Amino acid sequence: MARRYDTRTTIFSPEGRLYQVEYAMEAISHAGTCLGILANDGILLAAEKKNTNKLLDEVFFSEKIYKLNDDMVCSVAGITSDANVLTNELRLIAQRYLLQYGESIPCEQLVSWLCDVKQAYTQYGGKRPFGVSIIYMGWDKHYGFQLYQSDPSGNYGGWKATCIGNNSAAAVSNLKQDYKEGEMTLESAQQLAIKVLSKTLDMTKLTSEKVEIATLKRVDGKTITRILPAQEVEALIAEYEKQEAFLEAQKKEKQEKKS
Amino acid sequence: MECLIGVAFKDFVVLASDKTNAYSLFVVKDDEEKLFKISDKLVMAIAGESGDTVQFAEFISKNIQLYKMRNGYSLSPKAAAVYTRRNLADYLRSRTPYNVNMLIGGYSEDEGAKLFFIDYLASLMDLPYACHGYGGLITVSILDRYYRENMTQAEAYELIKMCVREIHKRLVINLANFKVQVISKDGIKDLPDITIQSLASEPLPPKSP
Repeated sequence: MARRYDTRTTIFSPEGRLYQVEYAMEAISHAGTCLGILANDGILLAAEKKNTNKLLDEVFFSEKIYKLNDDMVCSVAGITSDANVLTNELRLIAQRYLLQYGESIPCEQLVSWLCDVKQAYTQYGGKRPFGVSIIYMGWDKHYGFQLYQSDPSGNYGGWKATCIGNNSAAAVSNLKQDYKEGEMTLESAQQLAIKVLSKTLDMTKLTSEKVEIATLKRVDGKTITRILPAQEVEALIAEYEKQEAFLEAQKKEKQEKKS
Repeated sequence: MECLIGVAFKDFVVLASDKTNAYSLFVVKDDEEKLFKISDKLVMAIAGESGDTVQFAEFISKNIQLYKMRNGYSLSPKAAAVYTRRNLADYLRSRTPYNVNMLIGGYSEDEGAKLFFIDYLASLMDLPYACHGYGGLITVSILDRYYRENMTQAEAYELIKMCVREIHKRLVINLANFKVQVISKDGIKDLPDITIQSLASEPLPPKSP
């Protein structure tokens, strides 16, 4: 019976649900993890790289972190081909605004415009929704540094730290535990990102091939966005492992004292 | 025929416009409003084809008000000027162009006091002082000579009076009354009109200060 309401996105099921939209969200929960952390002096996005085949020719340096305009960067989780369509749309919206008003689009307006597109695909006939969640980081003169997240239904919200994709619920609870309200710096945020990723990704050792990190900060009245090169990511991972080993050693010492 | 004058100082802008509405060779009205409030700290002085002026000014002003309702913050003077220019440029290349010249004066916390010049060909300039119309031919030289960025509001009003006095003296066209507004961090304020009567009741200023 339920299948009658599966086929088309625009039809509610008797329980008042839109199955296609829920399936799209389900698809995203199998995608690579992305997280974003807001700090006082900047923001960062970190994403898990899924395609790590050594035969793969690295045409793109970055797999799923996209620069949208001078002041915004986003990271996607979900169906990559859908994501390409949406990032293209995001860039168009941003340039259209720049052409009309001569300044960068405020962050929330860009997110909101894109969510209007996403929402339309859950309502107008014969189409499936975009199977993509997006995390956006950006800066504007009205509200400073901002972090947003949007999902296939067209809902969006602003966050201090958030995560989408595989195992995102666990990552969010990790972030909630370790996020120091009002005390985060970009440096501590980078450490936190590595820590959360290594706990949520089900692999023994994190490598720079498996994660990409982008940062956004303001220098001399200009927004600087940067995708960290592999050796910097490697250094962050090494720093994290050193700390873990130290904590482990301390724990052991304590236990030995007890016994 | 009409005359718009705008001068930007350190923390306020003064806009002045004549109040004449002429049809063919005749003055039909001498209390026309040519200064339009766009938002709390933004004013557009507009001249040109009658009908076009009001239609275009209201179109821009309503759209900028809509922006504020949608987003909860208003456009900066620069963004508003770019938006106005873009609309005028698009209409210029349509079958129904607007034949209007404008000065846009505004104040914002981060940009300070700003004056923008836009003509009917949709060129946009950010200037310390600017004029439209035949009156501009006379007033620009006065502003070149006496303008200082750090003038007080009283000094600025005297500067505008000097310009209007010269228009009355040298221009064949009858532009009897001028409306003057100041836009600053406190919003928009009307200054007393400069008219033939108001100028006649004052002693003439010394020939050269």
